[in-house]
Amino acid sequence: MSTQSASASAASARETTEGTVYTVTGGDWDEVVQSAARADDERIVVNMGPQHPSTHGVLRLILEIDGETVTEARCGIGYLHTGIEKNLEYRTWTQGTTFVTRMDYLTSFFNETAYCLAVEKLLGVEDQITERAKIIRVLLMELNRLSSHLVCIATGGMELGATTIMIYGFRDREMILDIYELITGLRMNHAYIRPGGLAQDLPPGAVDQVREFVKKMKKNLPEYDKLATGNPIFKARMQDVGYLDLAGCMALGATGPILRSTGLPHDLRKAQPYCDYETYDFDIPTADTCDSYGRFLIRLEEMRQSLRIIEQCLDRLQPGPVMVADKKIAWPAQLALGPDGLGNSLDHIKKIMGTSMEALIHHFKLVTEGFRVPPGQAYAAVESPKGELGVHAVSDGGTRPYRVHFRDPSFTNLQAMAAMCEGGQVADVIVAVASIDPVMGGVDR
Amino acid sequence: MSDANGTNGANPEKDLSGSNLPGQRGDGGEEIRVQRGMFGANNGGDTSGYGGLVRSIRLPGASGRPYGGWFDEVADELEGALEEQGLLPDNAIDRTIVDRGELTFHIEREHLVRVAQTLRDDPALRFELCTGVSAVHYPHDKGRELHAVYHLRSITHNRLIRLEVSAPDSDPHIPSLVSVYPTNDWHERETYDFFGIVFDGHPALTRIMMPDDWPGHPQRKDYPLGGIAVEYKGAQIPAPDQRRSYS
Repeated sequence: MSTQSASASAASARETTEGTVYTVTGGDWDEVVQSAARADDERIVVNMGPQHPSTHGVLRLILEIDGETVTEARCGIGYLHTGIEKNLEYRTWTQGTTFVTRMDYLTSFFNETAYCLAVEKLLGVEDQITERAKIIRVLLMELNRLSSHLVCIATGGMELGATTIMIYGFRDREMILDIYELITGLRMNHAYIRPGGLAQDLPPGAVDQVREFVKKMKKNLPEYDKLATGNPIFKARMQDVGYLDLAGCMALGATGPILRSTGLPHDLRKAQPYCDYETYDFDIPTADTCDSYGRFLIRLEEMRQSLRIIEQCLDRLQPGPVMVADKKIAWPAQLALGPDGLGNSLDHIKKIMGTSMEALIHHFKLVTEGFRVPPGQAYAAVESPKGELGVHAVSDGGTRPYRVHFRDPSFTNLQAMAAMCEGGQVADVIVAVASIDPVMGGVDR
Repeated sequence: MSDANGTNGANPEKDLSGSNLPGQRGDGGEEIRVQRGMFGANNGGDTSGYGGLVRSIRLPGASGRPYGGWFDEVADELEGALEEQGLLPDNAIDRTIVDRGELTFHIEREHLVRVAQTLRDDPALRFELCTGVSAVHYPHDKGRELHAVYHLRSITHNRLIRLEVSAPDSDPHIPSLVSVYPTNDWHERETYDFFGIVFDGHPALTRIMMPDDWPGHPQRKDYPLGGIAVEYKGAQIPAPDQRRSYS
């Protein structure tokens, strides 16, 4: 426990009741390890995070290392817990989308759709959701799958030092965020998908912009192949890293690309279709390597399949309503662009203020009070880019959710971190965690 | 809405004519609380004329055979497999509910692990994947205040079922399923953190979201939201938990 030797290195040390604690702020890792070894302390616990740039947000990894080998790995989570599930119990069912969209902020449309599917199941209006609303939901979810996978590949590449992939990934994601902004008004946190349908219809020019994007993306996707897929350094870092086989996935509840990298083609879009996914033509890519490289290849291929689905959505779009016809559920007003920005349409205001007292009362009741949902519980699940995203919603017959629980795939998949990392090298922890693709907003909620 | 209720009318308990009324009426189902008044004004400020209204809030109750579709097959297989192990199905399965196209088994907590193990291992059932545990707090459901809810997915048979287990507030213990489904490790820690349900047999039941020294369990209904009133354009807007509630 000599503080002399430690002070000579890049790491300063101090004595605590738990032993010597080194604070590493840059410098050479070998020197730190050597100085720790000189201290004759055989067990080193490294605290990575919660603000380490390579841990995808405020994830804290606690690694017990022996030289370069990780002997034990544990996660510390909860740093981004914001009590969204508790807050939902104090808002109406419609206001809920504003909260759930912020859970896993990279897969907003999946959160919104899963929540709305659960609410619609409770209401018993699944059959009344209009064709156009369902197609637009699928369109947005598949665009969202692309943008989520792009972030995963981009940040994963950056963590390996492949900054070109990072720049390419965020370049392509930017095009998708522009589409979101055109359609929902926001780049993130959309609250666009609502119980019963959508907040509003697609704006003019949206279809053309998505078509343009698909054309560009088809040209850009092969660049990832050229850059990474055959790249020997990339492969050497990814292959056989973060290994988790089928039995491990089943036991730990891992779904999504992690499960499909074991060769099992389990995808809820095929197994338990929602939003008419059974009518779309697409494939479920799998790998049999059970490792990070396989998951990378699956994400790349899923992006191609998403483009296929998006094209089918565009071909199917027919004009029509985007909200259920039931006036007891449907939001009474459509948004319109006025001189002071987006708001209730003036025609609607004119009608309720000038001509129909009943319409005014109806609007007021539905907006302030919300609609009532018959008592009971429902579970709805969608295949998010990360795996099974499940929503367990309970109603007590009121206008607010009695309880909403999100089974976020990032939360469940992150449990597999220990199984993937223990026995491997410190540098491989980063690759393994990146292949899980956890987003702390979803993990902590 | 009455159309929609008619199409999934697997639940004979449902009062179809009352589906447009707030809540549901009748004696069927499980009463979770009694609602008085209409607009959540419980300190005498209700001048709406609905102050004397008394409604019983009921969740869908037990269903009778046939359950429909593959539900009967799963129920038969589960009952048969439990009998083979010398466990009377009626002792383990409190009630079976079919509602909104979903099958729910209410399981007595002392038999939960055995039932889950059977559901996982029996080739005809094979629910390999547990999607974790969620919980609901019903403070007025005396003796069964805390409910733990598990969703089990069978990839082999492409099925999804729900298990529900209840425990009283005075004895909030439910056996842990980590030995059967290791994925429930973090889920049970989360449920313990938020509801105070103690999962007996869990390898390390500690808080996961809240700080280790946090007092109380935030998702319980008796735990306040702790909202803060804000001023907007000169007016004081009450916190969400202080606003009028219509439930």
